[in-house]
Amino acid sequence: MAAALPSLERTTQGAKSSEALNFLRRSPTKLLIRGKWVSPKSGKTFETINPANEEVLALVAEGDKADVDEAVKAARREFEEGKWATMGSHQRTRYLLKLADVIDQHADELAELETLDNGKPLAQARTIDIAGAAGVLRYFAGGPTKIYGETNPSDPGTFNYTLREPVGVCGLIVPWNFPLMMAITKIAPALACGNTVILKPAEQTPLTAVRLGELIQEAGIPDGVVNVTTGFGPGAGSSIVEHPDVDKVAFTGSTEVGKLILKASAGNLKRVSLELGGESPNIIFPDTDLQIAARQAMNGVFFNSGQVCAAGTRIFAQQEIYHEFVAELTKLSNGMHPGNPLDPKTRLGPVYRRSSSIGSMAISQKESAKGPRSRQEKEFTRETATTSSRPSSRM
Amino acid sequence: MAAAVPSIEKAASGVTSSAVLGFLRKPKQLLIGGKWVPAKSGKTFETINPANEEVLALAAEGDKTDVDEAVKAARKAYEEGKWSKIGPHQRSRYLLKIADLIEQNADELATLETLNNGMAISLARGMVAGAVDTFRYYAGWSTKIYGETNPSEPGMFNYTLREPVGVCGQIIPWNGPIAMLAWKVAPALACGNVSILKPAEQTPLTALRVGELILEAGIPEGVVNIITGFGETAGAAIASHPDIDKVAFTGSTEVGKLILQASAGNLKRVSLELGGKSPNVVFEDADLESAVATSVFGFTMLSGQVCCAGTRVFVQEDFHDRFADALTRYTSKVRAGDPLDPKTTVGPLVSKDQFDRVKGYLDIGKKEGAKLTTGGDVNDGKGYFVNPTVFTDVKNTMQIAREEIFGPVVSVIPFKDENDAVLQGNDTTYGLAAAVWTNDVSRAHKVARRLKAGTVWVNCYNVIDPISPFGGYKQSGIGRELGKHSVDLYTQIKSVYVKL
Repeated sequence: MAAALPSLERTTQGAKSSEALNFLRRSPTKLLIRGKWVSPKSGKTFETINPANEEVLALVAEGDKADVDEAVKAARREFEEGKWATMGSHQRTRYLLKLADVIDQHADELAELETLDNGKPLAQARTIDIAGAAGVLRYFAGGPTKIYGETNPSDPGTFNYTLREPVGVCGLIVPWNFPLMMAITKIAPALACGNTVILKPAEQTPLTAVRLGELIQEAGIPDGVVNVTTGFGPGAGSSIVEHPDVDKVAFTGSTEVGKLILKASAGNLKRVSLELGGESPNIIFPDTDLQIAARQAMNGVFFNSGQVCAAGTRIFAQQEIYHEFVAELTKLSNGMHPGNPLDPKTRLGPVYRRSSSIGSMAISQKESAKGPRSRQEKEFTRETATTSSRPSSRM
Repeated sequence: MAAAVPSIEKAASGVTSSAVLGFLRKPKQLLIGGKWVPAKSGKTFETINPANEEVLALAAEGDKTDVDEAVKAARKAYEEGKWSKIGPHQRSRYLLKIADLIEQNADELATLETLNNGMAISLARGMVAGAVDTFRYYAGWSTKIYGETNPSEPGMFNYTLREPVGVCGQIIPWNGPIAMLAWKVAPALACGNVSILKPAEQTPLTALRVGELILEAGIPEGVVNIITGFGETAGAAIASHPDIDKVAFTGSTEVGKLILQASAGNLKRVSLELGGKSPNVVFEDADLESAVATSVFGFTMLSGQVCCAGTRVFVQEDFHDRFADALTRYTSKVRAGDPLDPKTTVGPLVSKDQFDRVKGYLDIGKKEGAKLTTGGDVNDGKGYFVNPTVFTDVKNTMQIAREEIFGPVVSVIPFKDENDAVLQGNDTTYGLAAAVWTNDVSRAHKVARRLKAGTVWVNCYNVIDPISPFGGYKQSGIGRELGKHSVDLYTQIKSVYVKL
C-alpha cells in the first residue's frame, strides 16, 4: 500500500520535544533484528496517525512472516549461544537499571511521542505511562537476584533440587492503549528471567516501541535480546503466534483475538499468557461518600478515554442512592471536555479510532439514555453516561 | 587521652588523590539525626594506617550519651514514618541511589579502606564493588516483601504482614568495613528499619565517608546514624539500650556472647556473626594445582583476618605430603607487602593488638611441636606485616588448630577417609564455613551435607554472593545474613484476623 509522506509541522503541531521531532524526521521505517535496524523483506511500510488531527505522523516498517523468521532466529541464537541467559544475575540487574535510567533521561521525548501516536493527554503520558514504565522496570530489575529454586526433602541417597530456568524465546504482542507501558510490562519480567524477546507493538502505536529499541541499544543490552517487529496483527502478529520456534507468547488485547492466539499456540504447545477485555462492575453502596465514589467512578470509566481493559464500565448503584449518584456522576462528566492532548491541562484526549466511538454511539441511541450526547469533529467524543436499570442490555 | 595530630602526608604516603586527602583532613564527627556533631565529651581517638603505623585521622569518641541521642533521633525518624511508612518503590530508589554514589566514589573509598585497614588495594576495590551489588540487591527487596493470606475458617479473614523491626543497632568489625556496612545497613533499610551504625574503632573512615554519601542520597535524617567509638562504651551502650529493637553484631565469639547476654534486658532481637576455624577438606582426587592455589587464598586473603578463613586444611593421607609440599612452595612466594601496590595480595594486619596476638600463636605453634614449613616471620620496621605461614604435623587438638588466630597462618592435618575428615572437621566449637575438594560428585554433596557449617564450598573458597545466606552453626553465630533470609532478620510477622 503506497503510504502518504507525513507533513511533520502539521501533524505534530504543538509538540515541543526536539528529540521527538528528530525521531519522526529520521523516519523509523526499520525493524530491530539482532542489533541492526533493517528494512522489512517486502520493503512495505504503513502509516501511523495522530488521532488528535488525523494526520500521518510517520511511516513504519511493515514486518511480516519473513521478518519474524529472522527475528526469531536472532532471539534464538542469543538465547542459546549468547550472554543474556547465562550471565550473572547481578549483571542482568545492572543492565535493566541502566535501561530504566535511559528511559528517565528521555522521559519528555517519550511522553510526547506517546501522546502524538495514541492521543492520550501529555500530563498523563508523563506521570502514568512513562514514569510507570520506569517503575515497572526497576521493580523487575531486582528480579534476577531473587529467582530462587528449592532443595527438596528427598530420600537419603538422592539429592534433589529445583531450578527456575528461562522459558526461551518470547513473542510479546502489546496493545495500543498504553503502548510503552505495556511493552515494558512484558519486556521487563521476560528479560529479568533470562529470556530473549520479539516485541510486536500495535500497528496503531508503534512509535515508542521503535524508540525503545534504540534506547535498549543505548543501555548496552546485547544484540538479539530484544528484537522489534512492527507490523499488523495478521502478518507480524500471527507469524509470531504460529512460529514453531517461539517458546512463549504473551498477548494483551481483545478477548476475540486472545482466543485465536490460544488456538494457534497449540501448534508447538507454546506457553500462553493472555490479558484480555473487560466490562468491569463498579459497585456503589449507600454508606460510601458519594462525591468521592462518583469522582473515582468517573476516572474508572473515562481515564484514557475509556480505552482501558479494566475500565469500570458497569456501575451498579444501590437503589436508595441511584438517582443521587447518577446526578453526581453526570455533573462531574459535564465538566470534562476533551481537548488537545499536547496541552498539559487536558485531561481527556481523543479516542483512538473513529470506529470505536461510532459503535458505542449507535448502541447508546437505542437505549433510553440520559446524559450528553453531542458529536464533535474528528474523534473527540463527549463521554456518554448511559443509565439503564436492566443489566442485560447490550452495553 | 591526648591524641596525636595526624600527619596525613606520612600516614597516606603513596596517595595522591585529592578526594582522599581532602576527606582525611576534614574533622570527623558523629552522624546523629542528619547532622554531623562532635561527641558530647568532646573526646577524639586516633585511627592509624597499619602499613606504616602513622595516624591517619582523629575520629569522634562517641559513648553512651551519644548513643542515647542517636537512639532518640532514630526512634523519632522511625515512628514519624519518614522511612518506614514511605512506599517501597521509593525506598528502593533511595537504596539504588546509595549504590550509585558508592560506585561513583569507588576509587576514593577503596583507597581509604586500604589506608585504614591495610587490605590489599585489589581486594578493597572488590569489596567496594561488592558493597554496590549488595545495596542494589537489597534495593530490589523493598518491593518484594510479601505477607500471606491464610486458609482460615469461612467467617474469618486472616493474613500476615511483614513489618519492620524498628530501631536497629548495628555493630560492625574492622576486617571488611565497607562490605560489613552494606551487609547491615542495606537490608535494615530495605525492610523499613532505621539504623544506628557503630563501626569498629580501628576502621571508622569508610563508614564516615559512606555516611556523607547517604546524606547526599537524600536519605531522611535519623534513618542512618553513625557513632564512632569503642566497643566497651558505645558498643555496650547499644547492646543494652532499652529502646533499641534489634542488635546485629559481627565480631568475635567472646564479644558476641556478651552482647547476647546484654540483649536480655529488653529482649531485643539479636543476630550474631562470629568467629570460625573452618575446615578445608582436600580428598586425594582433588585437582592439586587449583586446590593449592585456592587453599592459599583461603587463609591469606585479607592476611587471614576473615571469619570464614580456611585455617585447618585436612588432606587425605596418601595425598598429604605432596599437597603439603606444594602448599608450602606456593605460600613461600606470597609475601606481605605494601597494600597500595596493585600486585600485593597480603597487606599488614590491622593493629598492634592483632600483630602481637598472631605473633603469639606463631610461638605457641612451635612450642606445641608443629612443624613450620614456611613463613613464621614478620617484617622489620614499621607496619604490622606477618608473612603467610604454614604449619604441618599439626594435631586437631593443638591450640593452633582449635583457636582462631586471625592471621595468615594455616595448619595442615592428615585424614584417613570421609568419616575421619568429617569427624575431625566438625571437632570444633565453631561452624562458620567449610570446603570440600573432590571430583566425585556424590562425595562432594555427601560431605557437604555432613560438615556442620553455615557455608560449604565445593572446589572453591571464600565465594560470597549477596543472594545467598551467610552465617554460623554452633558458636559461629545466630541467624543468617544475606539472601532472602536476611528479610527474616529485619522484619517481624504480624497475624491479623478480621471477622467477616
